[in-house]
Amino acid sequence: MTSDNVRAGAVSRVEDVLAGRVVSAARLMRDLDDLVPGAVDELKHLYPHTGGAFVLGVTGNPGSGKSTIVDCLIRRYRDAGLRVGVVAIDPSSPFTGGAILGDRIRMQRHATDEGVFIRSMATRGHLGGLSRSTQDVISVMDAMGHDLIIVETVGVGQDEVDVVSTAHTSVVVVVPGLGDEIQAIKAGILEIADILVVNKADRAGADRTVADLSMMLDLRSEGAPAVRILKAVAINEEGIADLVEAVDLHRQDLDHEAEGRRRALDRAESRLKDLLRTLALESALTRLEAGEGLAALVERIAERKIDPYSAAEQLLAELMGDS
Amino acid sequence: MSTQRKIRILVAKPGLDGHDRGAKVVARALADAGYEVIYTGLHQTPDMIASAAVQEAVDLVGLSIMSGAHMTLFPAVQKALEKRGVKDLPLFGGGIVPEEDKAALLDGGVNAIFTPGTTTSEIVDWIEVNVRPKVEG
Repeated sequence: MTSDNVRAGAVSRVEDVLAGRVVSAARLMRDLDDLVPGAVDELKHLYPHTGGAFVLGVTGNPGSGKSTIVDCLIRRYRDAGLRVGVVAIDPSSPFTGGAILGDRIRMQRHATDEGVFIRSMATRGHLGGLSRSTQDVISVMDAMGHDLIIVETVGVGQDEVDVVSTAHTSVVVVVPGLGDEIQAIKAGILEIADILVVNKADRAGADRTVADLSMMLDLRSEGAPAVRILKAVAINEEGIADLVEAVDLHRQDLDHEAEGRRRALDRAESRLKDLLRTLALESALTRLEAGEGLAALVERIAERKIDPYSAAEQLLAELMGDS
Repeated sequence: MSTQRKIRILVAKPGLDGHDRGAKVVARALADAGYEVIYTGLHQTPDMIASAAVQEAVDLVGLSIMSGAHMTLFPAVQKALEKRGVKDLPLFGGGIVPEEDKAALLDGGVNAIFTPGTTTSEIVDWIEVNVRPKVEG
């Protein structure tokens, strides 16, 4: 294909996505995930058409019931007439790079609903609970006209908090019986919660977990934003109506307060810095390959002939001098 | 940034039988071979499978069928994919399929049928030869 043809193809795919065509959108997501050149240009065309969707993040420990909660939420929001997108992330194997993406299993009943678009993604080595291209996939779903996009992170431990710089509202799912671990994670993912769900609340210790969480919240500084805590047994669809209400209330908080604007700016800043990091790293590596090569520089650092700080500073200075 | 194509495969279990061990073994083996495997679980209708294949933009769909309904289910999945505007998506199957049916399915556009006794590395080899060139093409 000539570059004109490529451009024409890209333009028509952008139009397809804006018209809500699933095949084209799904393939664009794939190209974005696979770093196909040109896919980002299509995303640039879509960007002015994004911003209409509300993004709801769902995170929590492995096995805490995230997918089941997402499944229940899809049903509620479909009943309310919303078009729902779901991005569900599972881990890639650090050894083989392969992955089994199984979040759809819990969402089967929505498989043929044309108002629901579910996309499974593998982390592909990305840390933080999301995949590198999660934000891009959200943008494509947004541009397609989805009203609500639910992002389900990988099962997280303490420090995978990227979802907060992606979602408008973050739901953290915990289960009873973690005991002291509640203490351990209070400085991690619990801090990013707008809503805390104690799932599997028919198990012993649910009330204790709620009490622990409430106490943790009480310890926060005055004026900290409201965090709602609720109990659920998602497998029986119990507590889901409360969760939907809590999401609505939080959404109203965002509308009313300067909080909403602050968060929008935070998300944009974090996205920009992310991209700058990626692009700067790419440029630096490209430059290295054109010069002495990464391996040679790494070797010199390992042999203590140059320190890594000076090496990085020199490289960056050369990069800046280029422009 | 350079392109990093990763082969994505949908493994689905259509129909009413509940024997999903084969599907799980294959899903695991494919993941171990470095592919991204979307596993959808039991009791999938052809429409559910086609819809998932489209949304997930997979390179290949694998069906595990133990119920004897393969002559109905494979064409139904092909039709459901075509209905969604997807043609030429490679399709492979595993399970209990008699030789004469296997020939008929391959004639009908199914790309490969793996019957009991096939090793998982044979499936991976087949993918490397028949699917990878298209994905990276």
